[in-house]
Amino acid sequence: MRILLIQVVLVVGILIISARLLRGRGARVVALRRIGMLAFAALAIASILFPETWTRVAKLVGVGRGTDMVLYALVVAFLSTTVTTYLRFREMEVRYTALARRMALAEAEPPRAG
Amino acid sequence: MTSTVPLPPGVADATWLVVPLFNEAPVIAEVVAQARRTFPHVVCVDDGSSDDSAARARAAGAVVVRHPANLGQGAALQTGFEYALRDPRMRYVVTYDADGQHQLDDVCAMLHRAESDDLDVVFGSRFLDERTRPTPVRRAVLRLAVAYTNLTTRTRLSDAHNGLRVLRRPVVERLRITQNRMAHASELVAQVGAMTVDGRAVRYAEEPVHILYSDYARAKGQSTWNLVNILVDLVLR
Repeated sequence: MRILLIQVVLVVGILIISARLLRGRGARVVALRRIGMLAFAALAIASILFPETWTRVAKLVGVGRGTDMVLYALVVAFLSTTVTTYLRFREMEVRYTALARRMALAEAEPPRAG
Repeated sequence: MTSTVPLPPGVADATWLVVPLFNEAPVIAEVVAQARRTFPHVVCVDDGSSDDSAARARAAGAVVVRHPANLGQGAALQTGFEYALRDPRMRYVVTYDADGQHQLDDVCAMLHRAESDDLDVVFGSRFLDERTRPTPVRRAVLRLAVAYTNLTTRTRLSDAHNGLRVLRRPVVERLRITQNRMAHASELVAQVGAMTVDGRAVRYAEEPVHILYSDYARAKGQSTWNLVNILVDLVLR
C-alpha cells in the first residue's frame, strides 16, 4: 500500500485533535465522550487509509459513491451536534437566568418599603 | 386619563403591576405615572436597558428591579412575579406592557371580573370586540399562534399573545416561566391550563381589551418579523 502525503497530514491532524479533546476531567459522561472520540478517530483514520471501504459501504446501502456516503454521514453528524449544542446553551441560559434573577432581587428594595 | 371603572375597595392596594422594561425611556415615565394614579404598587423589571429607562421609571414612582444583563421579556416577567410574591399583602399581579399600549380602564375591568366571577386568571383579548385594529398580516399570524396554542394546551383562548393579564396570587406562586424570549406567552398559557389550585383546575376567562397601536409602539415594538419568531418559538418549544 502506498502512503500519500495527504493521508499522513490528515492522520496526524486527527491524532492531535483527539489528544486535545481527551484532556479534561469528570465522570462517566467524560468517559463516554472519550470512548466516542476514540472510535470516531479510529474510523476517520481507517477511512483515510482505506478510502475504498466507504465506496463498498455506499454500494451496500445503495448510495452511488463513497464520497456521497461520507457527505450524508457528515450531515447527520452536523445536525446532531447542532441539537446538542442548542440544548446545552438552553441549559446554560436557565442557570444564567437564575443567577441574574437572584442578583436583581437581592439588590431591589423590599416591597412597601417607601 | 383616570379610570372610569371603580375598583372594589382594597383591590388596588393588593395589586402589583409587573412591567417588563427594555429601552422605553421616551414613554416609561408617563406610563408609570398614569398607572400609579390607580395602582400604588408598580414594579418595573429593567431588562438591561441601555438608555435611562430605569431611572425614569424610578423617578415616576415605580420600584425598579434591574437584571444585570438582557435576558428577555419572559425572564423579566418571572423576576417581577418573584418580587411581587415578597409582598405578603399581594393578591393580584397584573402583567402590563411598558410602551403604553394597554389601557388602565381595561385593567380595572379585568380585576372587577376576577373579583365578581371568582376567577384565578383573566386574559386580555384583542379579538373579542372591534376596538383593536391590527394589520391583516398581524391578525393572521396571531390567529395562527392562538390556534396552535389551543391545540397544544388545555385552554380555549382567542388571543394567546396579549401582554395584559390578571393573575391571582396562587397562580403567580405556581408559575415558572423558563422561556426567556417571546414564547413565554404560550408557556404561561400552557402552565395555567395544566395548573390546579386547591385540587381544582384554574378558573380563567378572557376580557376584551383595547391595544393601542400608537406610532411609537409601531415604530419600535413587535415588528412583523417578531411574529415569525413567535411562530418558530412555538414549534420549537
